Amino acid sequence: MTDCRLTVTPSIEYAIRAHGQETYPHECCGALLGRDGHVSALVALPNTTEEGPRRRFLVRPTDYREAERRAAELGAELLGFYHSHPDHPARPSQYDLDHAWPTFAYLIVAVAEAKATDMTVWFLKDDRSSFEEGTLNHGENPHPDTAEAVHR
Amino acid sequence: MAKILIPTPLRPYTDKQDAVDAAGATVGELLADLTRRHSGLKAHLYNEQGKLRSFVNVYVNDEDIRYLQKEQTPVAAGDTVSIIPSVAGGAETTIDRSVRQQPDHDLPTLTNDEVKRYSRHLIMPEVGVDGQRKLKAAKVLCIGAGGLGSPVAMYLAAAGVGTIGLVDFDVVDFSNLQRQILHSTPDVGLPKLQSAKNKLNALNPEVKIVTHETALSSQNALQLFEPYDVIVDGTDNFPTRYLVNDACVLLGKPNAYGSIFRFEGQASVFATKNGPCYRCLYPEPPPPGLVPSCAEGGVLGVLPGIIGIIQATETVKLIMGIGEPLIGRFLIYDALRMRFRELKLRKDPDCPACGTHPTVTKLIDYEQFCGITAAPEPAKVNSATELTSLELKARLDRGDKLTIVDVREPNELQINRIPGSLHIPLGDVPRRYNELDPDAEYVMQCKSGVRSGKAADFLRSVGFKRVLNLKGGILDWIDKVDPTQPKY
Repeated sequence: MTDCRLTVTPSIEYAIRAHGQETYPHECCGALLGRDGHVSALVALPNTTEEGPRRRFLVRPTDYREAERRAAELGAELLGFYHSHPDHPARPSQYDLDHAWPTFAYLIVAVAEAKATDMTVWFLKDDRSSFEEGTLNHGENPHPDTAEAVHR
Repeated sequence: MAKILIPTPLRPYTDKQDAVDAAGATVGELLADLTRRHSGLKAHLYNEQGKLRSFVNVYVNDEDIRYLQKEQTPVAAGDTVSIIPSVAGGAETTIDRSVRQQPDHDLPTLTNDEVKRYSRHLIMPEVGVDGQRKLKAAKVLCIGAGGLGSPVAMYLAAAGVGTIGLVDFDVVDFSNLQRQILHSTPDVGLPKLQSAKNKLNALNPEVKIVTHETALSSQNALQLFEPYDVIVDGTDNFPTRYLVNDACVLLGKPNAYGSIFRFEGQASVFATKNGPCYRCLYPEPPPPGLVPSCAEGGVLGVLPGIIGIIQATETVKLIMGIGEPLIGRFLIYDALRMRFRELKLRKDPDCPACGTHPTVTKLIDYEQFCGITAAPEPAKVNSATELTSLELKARLDRGDKLTIVDVREPNELQINRIPGSLHIPLGDVPRRYNELDPDAEYVMQCKSGVRSGKAADFLRSVGFKRVLNLKGGILDWIDKVDPTQPKY
């Protein structure tokens, strides 16, 4: 049911990498907003995990609601979430799989020694058995200021 | 009928509607009706055990049902129920990698005998065949085959942990038998590892017991730990405790920690990738001598049973990747009050071992770190301040006028006593020394000579001229002079 593709503009990509580097060695997280698989805005969210932010992230329900609210405001949809894997490959973990929501795009950026490297996108299979790797397209930048990162 | 608000990722299962109606008097009934109408939702809302997934939050009019009556929370007409995601994830942890993530085909299979043996595990979906195979594949190292190591090793062997390593270099003593249930009366005098291996092999011949008859040290710890998945700390002293912690942090291996003293025990899981370590709790050891060991302070025999079984439970959970591990939580058990308390423990970013900028990058000299200097050479008796049991006996036989002062606690005097001694517990000496004559001759005595040495020093400092310490205490007296009395 899911079209396993996600398009991010260079400025969005830059903002995600910057966020991952900023929170290194901890994981960063945030919401991806847009339409039809095209990310047009980000909402950077606080990592509220209590299990150690080096290896975990958690978006609280209140922040989730905030992301949905921002999406509605922008006339967009919540397409998924991004997070970083400090000093770990950009592949989803068992923990990611156990906690995944269907249809959402899960964008992962690897941050090795404070430097953002690989970026991948994943979608949960309908039977929850595993992730399917999606295609990450690097789109044009229609408006340089659309990559809006709302740091709170 | 109540209205349920559906979050974006679940809308494909509700024909793209962001709100749907469902019937029911409680949240549980409402959700059951919802999943009947939209069957695709079920797998995403509920886990295999039929429980709401941990990252699924349900709100009734802006209140999280976890703080109401959970799934029994009543829903009235006109209420709005919202399903709100928590979004979570993260990179692999050691346990994910080492055990949990191990692909199935790498896990050993179970023999028919093993299936029979572990049937009470296999019938629980949380464990199942996969969990039992993970246990079989796992390697656990127990530091110490004593009070804590006994229940840990016995239950891990019974549960089917494939390889159990034991580090110890001690010999079974009568005083161990009150709590160290790996060892029995006929084992007294045998190396603990030999007795442990016999016991564990008899309990479960399927598991491999690897014995390391050595004192754990900075030189051998990393090499010893390397092949194991989980380290269980059952040590009774601070230098080894810090050594185990630091080696676990350096190798990224979880440390199932436990400690016991008198009537109190502690347990936690340290040094997981994302959790705190022992040094986050205690960056520095206590000054030497401040915290007495079990040999000095005593320990309730059943106490290591409870704490060791908590360590074993955590080990088994870590291996199978089930439940909530005791990470970031510090459990304190009080046997007299029969109470458990739990302290929240956070990873300290400034921790010298596991913090952001660790200063402990290799194993150090832990005896020195804990302020313990090497024991001085067994010096000759200093005749000005000490005397031996045989010298004391000779002087008593000669009829010399001297008084033996026993500075032990009253309960210790019930076990054994040098006839004719005066009793002043060490703690009372500063208050009661004026009962003594500063010009008379005294021989201070305790169990082994340490406490009485302190009492003798004190008396000299307040002007007593002729104070001697009985070297080796009443234990030496019993060995050399009066073997009819019991030793403890």
